Amino acid sequence: MLPGDVARPRTGGWRTGVKPSVDFALCVDCLLCWIHCPDTAVQQVHGVFQGFDYDLCKGCEVCSEVCPTGAIQMVAEATPLDPRGAILPEGGRRDG
Amino acid sequence: MASLKQLALREEERPRFSGGHSLCAGCGIPTIVRTVLDSIPGPVVAVSATGCLEVATTRFPFTAWGVPWLHVAFENAAAVASGVEAAYRSMANRGRLSGERVTIVVFAGDGGTYDIGLQALSGALERGHRFLYVCYDNEAYMNTGIQRSGATPFAASTTTSPVGSVGRGKAETRKDLTAIVVAHHIPYAAQASTSHWQDLSVKVERAVAQEGPSFLNVLSTCPPGWGHDARDGARLARLAVESRYWPLFEVVEGHYRLTHYPAHPTALVEWLEMQKRFAHLRGVQSVDLESMIEHEIMSQWQDLERRTVESKSWFEERDSESA
Amino acid sequence: MAKTMLGVEVLTGGEATAHAMRQIRPDVVPIYPITPQTPIIQTFSRFVADGKVDTVLLQVESEHSAMSAAVGAALAGARTMTATASQGLALMVEIIYIASGLRAPIVMAVGNRALSAPINIHGDHSDGMLARDSGAVQIYAENAQEAYDLMVMAPRIAEHPAVLLPVLVGQDGFSVTHSAENVALLRDEEVQDFVGPYEIPYPLLGGRPSSQGLFAMPDAYYEIKVRQILALEAAEQVFADTARAYALRFGRHLGAIEPYRMDDAERAIVLIGSTAGTAKDVVDELRERGEKVGLVVLRLFRPFPHQALADALGGVARVAVLDRATAPGTFPPLFADIRAGYQGSAELRSYVYGLGGRDTAPQDIEKVYAELRQPAKGGIRYLGLTGEDQHGES
Repeated sequence: MLPGDVARPRTGGWRTGVKPSVDFALCVDCLLCWIHCPDTAVQQVHGVFQGFDYDLCKGCEVCSEVCPTGAIQMVAEATPLDPRGAILPEGGRRDG
Repeated sequence: MASLKQLALREEERPRFSGGHSLCAGCGIPTIVRTVLDSIPGPVVAVSATGCLEVATTRFPFTAWGVPWLHVAFENAAAVASGVEAAYRSMANRGRLSGERVTIVVFAGDGGTYDIGLQALSGALERGHRFLYVCYDNEAYMNTGIQRSGATPFAASTTTSPVGSVGRGKAETRKDLTAIVVAHHIPYAAQASTSHWQDLSVKVERAVAQEGPSFLNVLSTCPPGWGHDARDGARLARLAVESRYWPLFEVVEGHYRLTHYPAHPTALVEWLEMQKRFAHLRGVQSVDLESMIEHEIMSQWQDLERRTVESKSWFEERDSESA
Repeated sequence: MAKTMLGVEVLTGGEATAHAMRQIRPDVVPIYPITPQTPIIQTFSRFVADGKVDTVLLQVESEHSAMSAAVGAALAGARTMTATASQGLALMVEIIYIASGLRAPIVMAVGNRALSAPINIHGDHSDGMLARDSGAVQIYAENAQEAYDLMVMAPRIAEHPAVLLPVLVGQDGFSVTHSAENVALLRDEEVQDFVGPYEIPYPLLGGRPSSQGLFAMPDAYYEIKVRQILALEAAEQVFADTARAYALRFGRHLGAIEPYRMDDAERAIVLIGSTAGTAKDVVDELRERGEKVGLVVLRLFRPFPHQALADALGGVARVAVLDRATAPGTFPPLFADIRAGYQGSAELRSYVYGLGGRDTAPQDIEKVYAELRQPAKGGIRYLGLTGEDQHGES
């Protein structure tokens, strides 16, 4: 097979009730979550943390365990988050 | 020495291993694979032995691999890699390849390395092929459902060394694979853990700079096999190192060097307690077993310390020459 | 095209094979010694040591690793050849299956030898038959000249885009591997030109990432295997084309089968390998006595040339199929294959001969032709047994 010939399977369906969320204000871009994520579900661009790919994330919680600042917290699957994983403020919109 | 940011930039530029595979939630293997692949500067050909990594990352027609990748069988990854390396040499000699140095990397589990693949590994090391062999050591045959291997530690419960009315887990101690590899007098061998990703990354850089074979034995946590919560993988990897269960060291041309001294070693029991495979040790009658593990670990550590002291002047001389 | 010539040398089958390999100039040759194949790799190693060929030799630690390394090298983009026999081939079989499945066009010489136990170093076809269903092309040589010619033809068959499968070129242990005879060698450049460059669709060292050796579930495995089987079937035509091209250029035609004095034959023997030499002498002698006997020698065993064999058998009345291997509990492999595919009217009888290097004398072959005059006894006949075991013939 040649890489890219087929779509990547979505393994997000493996999650069993929790998903990671992030408080960007606390994130220091240490990228420990990025290297420890078994599913390349932590997204970064040029070394800056960008959030999660929920199509891939299996909900193992390793990212929240290795996060040194508490920026990543596991939340219930139904919790509304913005596409990158930030918790939405009351009323459903995330500031800035 | 690459920073995480540099590794991330490389992965961004040329993703070599991607998610979407079916390795378990919390599996320790992908971090090994990505750290290894992202730490190698030039082009790579990867060879896998049959095992969790191979099965879960290449379910037809999907592939997680962004580099040329080959799997043939369980017991022969080192032989396959030596064929790829011989092809590289021959084609380069005959001017059929561009000048860029290709690194050949094997990824095989402990079953495919300590046990069924040992002969092929030994032969390849003896022949001196330039390749990096990475054993992701999760200490049992996990892909087939957690059976005892030569890497399974003493007393660990597996489906073929179960705890029962008579059985008390694996009756034998682990094989010292790294020592076996070192006995082949290869240029570079090391033990590493994902908890210390930079130590691993540096060892990869050193390994692939060699002109001969190099070997990395990397501890790989396994939620179903070890019986730990998926979230605890990184913590267990760290505790294995900090308790001195899994010392980080390298062997350069036969000279040993511990690359990490736990400042405040943690109690082995802290590591054992997090894993169901050692759950039977909590019983009163199992104190013996626990102390036997402790004894094995400590004698291994002391041996490495002694060797590190012995090799100190060799490393100093080498470093002063290169300075 | 003009026939080009040709130095004639006295060579054993093993040496002739090593010369073919030297002239093909493979990129990689993994080797491991085993009797009676060893003369091939020894001679080839000598060529390398003397600078007569610049192949990378891989002195591996087992035949299993030889075949494994061959798969790695062949798929990496290197023309790869190896050689083995007997227990070595048995040890390789797991990986020959995989080489076929991964479509690795490895060419391998086999010095056909009995399988243990009892351990025995002499010729028979048990090893080749163990690899019968591995998906590899199997060709058998009658003598050193054929071993050489077929080896030169083999890369073109293996590497043909419609095939891309391993090719095993068999020669009988000792009676071919170690027996010296006149062998006409081609010139190095002619061989080079005939085999051409090594080209496969997805070389691992070709710069374009590909994943090979994937895990196929029930939704895909079946289709992949059937494509592989069709590729092996396609090798029959490729073999025929290659044989024709070889004959046009070099004047020797080695077809999938060789019918010998089959015109108007009433009784015939079908067999594989070096015993054909003895059988041809017997046919000549019986023909002189006016007996209408003939012989069909099978060179291409996989894919099995059913139609060509049926055509060669023509109007023959009785056929003895001589197997130098067994399939305990049922009929031996060559007989079973012919029985399965043959639609003609001839009566087919099964004989086993020459196991473990047991000599097959002209009298044995004569006996078969004589028995073909008689009504069938049924079952399997064991030629050449001695003492009380003779009565063990079923």
